[in-house]
Amino acid sequence: MEGISSELSTPDTGLKSKIIEIFSRVPILGWLFGTLVAVILEQNVGTPLAWALGLPKIPALFGFLIMLKKPMLIPSSMLYVLLIFILPIGIIARLSLGPANRLAERLINLSMSGSVLVHLVLLYAIFHIWSGMSDYRLITLKFTLIAIMVTVSLNVINGYMGEFSCSHPGFMALGAYTASVFSVSIFVNDSMFGQALMPSFLGPFLFPIGLILGGCVAAVGALIVAIPSFRTRGDYLAIISLAFMFIVKSLIENLEFVGGPRGLSSQPDWANLPTVFVWTVVCIWVINNFVRSTLGKALNAIRDEETAANAMTVNTKRTKVVAYMFAAFWAGVAGGLFAHVLGYVNPATFSIQKLAEVLAMVYFGGLNSVYGSIVGAVSLSVLGEALRPLELFKWIAIPLLLILVMIYRPTGLIAFKEFNVLKLIQPKKKKRKEV
Amino acid sequence: MSLLQVEKMTHYFGGLRAVHNYDLQIEPGQIRGLIGPNGAGKTTIFNLITGIHKPTEGSVQLGSENLVGLEPHQIASAGLGRTFQNLLLWRHMNVLEHVIMSQYSKMTYGLAGAFFGTVKRRRQEAEAEDKAYGLLELVGISDLALENVLNLPYGAQRRVEMARALAMDPKILFLDEPTAGMNPEELIQMMAIIRQVHKKFGLAIFLIEHRLKVVMELCQEIQTLVFGEVIAEGTPKEIQNNPKVIDAYLGKEAID
Repeated sequence: MEGISSELSTPDTGLKSKIIEIFSRVPILGWLFGTLVAVILEQNVGTPLAWALGLPKIPALFGFLIMLKKPMLIPSSMLYVLLIFILPIGIIARLSLGPANRLAERLINLSMSGSVLVHLVLLYAIFHIWSGMSDYRLITLKFTLIAIMVTVSLNVINGYMGEFSCSHPGFMALGAYTASVFSVSIFVNDSMFGQALMPSFLGPFLFPIGLILGGCVAAVGALIVAIPSFRTRGDYLAIISLAFMFIVKSLIENLEFVGGPRGLSSQPDWANLPTVFVWTVVCIWVINNFVRSTLGKALNAIRDEETAANAMTVNTKRTKVVAYMFAAFWAGVAGGLFAHVLGYVNPATFSIQKLAEVLAMVYFGGLNSVYGSIVGAVSLSVLGEALRPLELFKWIAIPLLLILVMIYRPTGLIAFKEFNVLKLIQPKKKKRKEV
Repeated sequence: MSLLQVEKMTHYFGGLRAVHNYDLQIEPGQIRGLIGPNGAGKTTIFNLITGIHKPTEGSVQLGSENLVGLEPHQIASAGLGRTFQNLLLWRHMNVLEHVIMSQYSKMTYGLAGAFFGTVKRRRQEAEAEDKAYGLLELVGISDLALENVLNLPYGAQRRVEMARALAMDPKILFLDEPTAGMNPEELIQMMAIIRQVHKKFGLAIFLIEHRLKVVMELCQEIQTLVFGEVIAEGTPKEIQNNPKVIDAYLGKEAID
């Protein structure tokens, strides 16, 4: 991920094809090695280097923030990114090409799931070290991971099923509040819910139950939306789900025992990076499994031609309702994590702005594609943070980008592409020169 | 007893009577045809039997099972496969996925399998894929298995529909104008496929056709439908010489 974003920041128009050729055979494992080395490098020499270059501290987000705040520091922060990220990643990835390919091959032959695990552990290590250097990075990373969950799950409905659902913030709110009430009422001495019922050291172990509970409540909410709106196709779902989102919001605003519009705070700090990371991986894994099964592909059949799907033994009604509840479940889980990352929720968070954000991520990344949703969520989250110094102009820049994407790629950046983990982690063979 | 039995089926679209007192018996292994001028209600009869529309009156039975009031997917699972006149293919899916998709009701791995990729799921998906390749071989497009359906020529798209309908192991196959829009060469190939399928699976086939050549060659018995009512029924020869049919197709002679 970092490899990609730091590559993007280099102006390499003329050399592009040459660079692509040099790195074409680097497997994901190689990139992970390179990035790992880069973040370790930053951990050790980052601060002195930043001072030496005249930067106040290490650039938290690849220098974007510093560059926009203080244009005078642009050269030095670019140099920093070059020295710490681009060069090490590039050099290590290229040098480790041979061994990385051999290792990737051996791992896959040994065990597919083991190989995936090794990649994930490396990825986690990178995240851990990178985010360990500042709290700002940590919280941005956590929110990005949560955004991935929400985006991928919304893509099941808006992309794979081809309906337009607007109630994902509502589902997140249901999940956030359920999980928060679960953890605050049972494990925390709180003015609203009284004494803790269980010792707090049990909390982290029972936290998944709270999240799943939140997901289930969201799924029940989805059932309420689904029953009236899936009788016909068309705009009904969009309208009903939009209404649902507002109903949830005003419901919570009027429920005094969860704090009403003031919100609910004092959630314990259980949503640490490993927890969020594991939940995100599980979410992507389960959703990707689902959309690649025949039961999940039935969603595509329903989207493209419902009559034919029904005549070919597909139980269309059940499929739609199940998929909707499934997507809502993951939105609920993401909401629960969100509440615990922030340590505070209020109903205003889950409103039209959140909806716009999530929809933008889905449509920017690409419909009908888990891969695209990950890219969309990461790029818009990072971009949103990177452009923060622009303040008001951020809300001009990002929509403008969206409009451009819609013009040149109407279905999003990476639409209709299968997310094949095996293909992703396998070693890259030498390409035969085509004559 | 007949395989498929339709009795006194009547259907109204609002005030318009589209089908009136329609009767049909199909025996196992029989090929029957339904002909009639445009707008006679042929496709409506297909849609009524396959559950897309619910008949206003009458009964439809497959074996001993009553089909009226069932959902289309239930009727399909009961053994009634069909193709569509205007090619209802799924435009973002490849050929292989089409033929696997219609085996949906045979996937018993459930949501657990779909979410977590169980062994059972892998086995059933693999079996479905093998079967799909077999059927694509049969209709002669196995080399196009991984193509998106939209990239296929028209004749091949028709064959995809055929393979898709066969993949659900139907007892009766409903073909809605299987040769519409085909050139003579494709027509001959399609007829060969229909014959082959009929022979291989011992299927009963019920087909709508405009081209009398196809119906006359393939069918053992033919119904002629005009304005929602059957005006003649019999072997191809009888139909060909039936004055009512000639009237319906060519018009009455001006002088009585």
